[in-house]
Amino acid sequence: MCLPAGFIWGGVMRPVKSLLGFALFLALWYGARKLLDVPVYMLPGPSDVARALKEMAESGQLFESAVASLYRVTWGFYLAVAVSVPLGLVMGRIRWVSDIVNPVIQFLRPISPLAWIPIALMWFGIGDKPAVFLIFLSAFFPMVVFTVSGVAGIRETYLRVADNFGLRGLDLYMKVILPAAMPEIVVGLRITLGTAWLVIVAAEMIAVKSGLGYLIIDARNSLRMDKVVAGMLIIGVIGLVLDHLIRLLERLPWVEWSTRRQ
Amino acid sequence: MKIVVQDLNKCFLERRHSIRFLGQCPPGTECRVLKDLNFCIEPGSFTCFIGPSGCGKSTLMRIIAGFDSASSGKVLIDGEECSAPSSRHVFVFQEDGLFPWLTVWQNVAIGARHIHDHEERAEQIMEYIDLVGLAGFEGHYPHQLSGGMRRRAEVARALIVEPDILFMDEPFGALDFVTRLQMREEMVNVHTMFDMTILFITHDIDEALQLGDQVIVFSDRPSTVKADIKLDFPHPRDLGAEPLARIRREVYYLMGLHPAL
Repeated sequence: MCLPAGFIWGGVMRPVKSLLGFALFLALWYGARKLLDVPVYMLPGPSDVARALKEMAESGQLFESAVASLYRVTWGFYLAVAVSVPLGLVMGRIRWVSDIVNPVIQFLRPISPLAWIPIALMWFGIGDKPAVFLIFLSAFFPMVVFTVSGVAGIRETYLRVADNFGLRGLDLYMKVILPAAMPEIVVGLRITLGTAWLVIVAAEMIAVKSGLGYLIIDARNSLRMDKVVAGMLIIGVIGLVLDHLIRLLERLPWVEWSTRRQ
Repeated sequence: MKIVVQDLNKCFLERRHSIRFLGQCPPGTECRVLKDLNFCIEPGSFTCFIGPSGCGKSTLMRIIAGFDSASSGKVLIDGEECSAPSSRHVFVFQEDGLFPWLTVWQNVAIGARHIHDHEERAEQIMEYIDLVGLAGFEGHYPHQLSGGMRRRAEVARALIVEPDILFMDEPFGALDFVTRLQMREEMVNVHTMFDMTILFITHDIDEALQLGDQVIVFSDRPSTVKADIKLDFPHPRDLGAEPLARIRREVYYLMGLHPAL
């Protein structure tokens, strides 16, 4: 059998290549520690981290922390999407709404969600709520911007056709404007979820007493660097999985058109 | 008469300040696109507009459809002056106008929203999909279809509205030669099957002569009616035979072209 080189190197070999990347990373980590004789409290080795992971997995701490973080991200993210996408659609279509709301959003957007922590604690006390609120903030502003730009980029022809066939009001939004802006919204969801995941870890280091962020801070306080790195690894893995999950949206038949446009 | 166009004029205020356009129309002045147009269109006829590109054919069509207004003169449809777009006037645009996020079936359903009975609607949709030869492709998305098939789906979506007037603005301009010929044939069939007035813009003289009951030739901007030709010939039409061959030569000359190269 004769397969083109591009197929083997670019297709079948791709996952193998990414595994190779991870293997090199591990080798570098392991080799550098051995070579420079780094103590565990500066940087634990792969085997120390693996032991810590096993320990935390057995005690259930790992699972509990991951669930706590994911729970907050999910809530904050969904709430943000549920509010920002409709708002963005309306802002994209109705000029005066955008003229009023947009300056405020542009003003609030560059304020890091972490700067809201004191206020979040005052308003919502201790627990999931302040963390959910911070995630909401981190996802809300960028999602509005993405949705507005998605609506602005809708091809004129689609709007003319909609007008010609008498689509108005909610029908117009559901059948034309939302789906036409969907590709850009999906890009927004992907980027925003990544940001939300970044923020939750930081938020949990300060605002709450559970979750992966807290796990890392707690481990540091007890000088368990192996646990710190183990927590970091888990955060990376979950971030990767979340990104892959949200990318599945791109494959929906009514989103896929944007990548297949002739 | 279905459509009467009387002394129609259209001017645009030139707002562009780019040097590039200064030679044509200085900024701040009025740029006349359509000049004293007069013609009539009979009910149920197939009328082709031809003329050099940029001569204002699309603008004229938009005015007749009520999407745009004339600077002076009037357009009467069924004896009444029209000013607003009507759902009985359906456009097929030059660019791909199918919604790419909907399947062929769902796209055609956009045109069938006036049918309230659920079952009847589904039946009609399938009928029109079948009519344009897309049966079996109703579940496909536009990006899974060829250019010609997308055009067919669009025609089905327009026809199901049962429009009073169908406006087609260079609908087959982007298709390859063979597909264009096939679509032409389809349009002849569609026009014999449905009792509707069709306005059809094209650049293609042969297309106009094969399809039209009436061909209106426009001059360059400011656009005037250069010729208003009635073609009372049965289909299929052979453009090589007289007297169509003579008319074809005349239209070529009118447009400043030579029929033989």
